[in-house]
Amino acid sequence: MIVVVDYGMSNLGSMMRSLEECGAEVCVSDDPSMLAKSSKIVLPGVGSFFEGMQCLKSGGWIEPLKTEVISNEIPTLGICLGMQMLADIGYEGKEKTEGLGFISGEVHKLVPQPGECLPHVGWNEVHQQAEHNIFKGIEDKKDFYFVHSYHFQAQDSDDVIATTPYCNKISTVVAKSNIVGVQFHPEKSQLSGFQLLKNFLEI
Amino acid sequence: MLKTRIIPTLLWKNYTLVKGKKFDSWRRVSTIIPAIKVYNTRQVDELIIVDIMATLENREPDYVTVNDFSKECFMPLTVGGGVSKVDHVKKLLRAGADKVTINSSAFEDINIISESADKFGRQCIVASVDVKKINDDYICFKSSGTVQTEWKVQDWAKKLEENGAGELLLTSIDRDGTMEGYDTDLLKRVTSVVNIPVIAQGGCGNYEHMFEALDTGKAHAVSAASIFHFTEQTPLEAKKYLKNKDINVRL
Repeated sequence: MIVVVDYGMSNLGSMMRSLEECGAEVCVSDDPSMLAKSSKIVLPGVGSFFEGMQCLKSGGWIEPLKTEVISNEIPTLGICLGMQMLADIGYEGKEKTEGLGFISGEVHKLVPQPGECLPHVGWNEVHQQAEHNIFKGIEDKKDFYFVHSYHFQAQDSDDVIATTPYCNKISTVVAKSNIVGVQFHPEKSQLSGFQLLKNFLEI
Repeated sequence: MLKTRIIPTLLWKNYTLVKGKKFDSWRRVSTIIPAIKVYNTRQVDELIIVDIMATLENREPDYVTVNDFSKECFMPLTVGGGVSKVDHVKKLLRAGADKVTINSSAFEDINIISESADKFGRQCIVASVDVKKINDDYICFKSSGTVQTEWKVQDWAKKLEENGAGELLLTSIDRDGTMEGYDTDLLKRVTSVVNIPVIAQGGCGNYEHMFEALDTGKAHAVSAASIFHFTEQTPLEAKKYLKNKDINVRL
C-alpha cells in the first residue's frame, strides 16, 4: 500500500487519482502511524517551505518519516514542496526553516534571467543527467509541468539526476538510495508523468 | 525552454458549460464533463474552469462538483468562482484543483491574496482581473463584470503582484466572446508593469490573435473559449501555427 502523506496543504485529490490511475492501492492519510504499514511513501506538496514544515511537525510526521524513510528504507517520492522539504534548510516563508534533511542541500529562491519571470510555471524540459529507474521509458528532455518559485540546491552533485533549463539551471530530480524528489508535478504531466509514477510504483 | 501555454477556459453554471458575449447573453454550449474529457484526451497544456454564478449568488465554491470535474482531469486545473476565504482555497485544492483564481473578494480585502499565497505558495494563486476600457483608461470590474471598481488595471495588477499573486488572468470584458482579437493595448499596459506571468483572455477568434497577444501584448500564455467551442480550431493546431512563428510550445 502506498501512503500519501496528508499534512494539510496539498493537491491531494489530483495526487490520489493519478496514483490510482497508475494502478496503485492508495491511502491518503493524516495519521503518521499509517507509515509503518506502507510499502511506498509519497510526500506531496503545494505551499511554502515554512508552512509545510510547520504542518509536518504539528501533525507528528517528522519522527515516523525518519524511521520509515531512513531506517527502514521505504521507497519515497517527494513532489514539488515535498521534494524541497527533503533538504536540510529552506528559505521560503517567514524565516530560515529546518527541513527533513534526507538529501543534503538547501532550498533557495530562483533568480530569473532577463526575459524570465517567477513563478516558473508551465511545461519545461527535464534533462536527464544520470540513469535511474524513475526515467524508464521516458525520453530525455521530455516536458513536465512545473509551478514553483524556489529550487533545491543539492550539496552533492551526484544526488542531482535531472536538470531543467530555467533561471540558468534548476535541479529538478534528486535521488539518493530509496528516495527520489521531483520538482515538477508528475500527477499533472499527462503521459510522461504517469510513466514516472508507474516507474516509482515498480521501484 | 519554458513553453508558452494555450489554455482553454470553461465557464459553468449549474453543470452546464456556457459562453457569453461581453460577460452577458450566456448561451448553453454543452454539459461540462464531456468537454473536460475531450481536453484531457487532447492533452491540453492546462485548463481553467470558472463558476460564473458563485459570487453573484453569494455562495462559496461547489466542491463536490469541482471534485467531479477533477476526476476527469489529468492536466493542470485552475478553478475559480466564489473564492472569498483562505479556507475555500484549501478546500478547492483538496477537491482536485491545482491552482485557484481569486477575483471579486480581493477588492473587498486584499489579504485573501497574501494569506493564501503565504499558506499555499504564491504559485497556486491566480488573480483574475476583468477589465473594461472607459475613455482612455482600463478599469477593473468585479462580480462577473457587473460591478465597477475604482481601480485602474495597472495599479490593481501591481497591488496583486505585491500581495503574492503568482499569475494574472487578464480578461477584456469588451472583447469577451467577440472573437475579434485580444486587446493588446490592455495586455501591454499590464505586462509592462508586473513581473509575474500574465494569461491573456477575451477575444480570441483565430491563431493569429494568439500570436498577437504573445508577440505584441507580451502575454506569457493565452486562454480562449469561443474559438474552441464554436469553431473547428483546436489547441493543438494553435500550437502548430505558433511553432511556425517561432513561439516555443509543447507539441
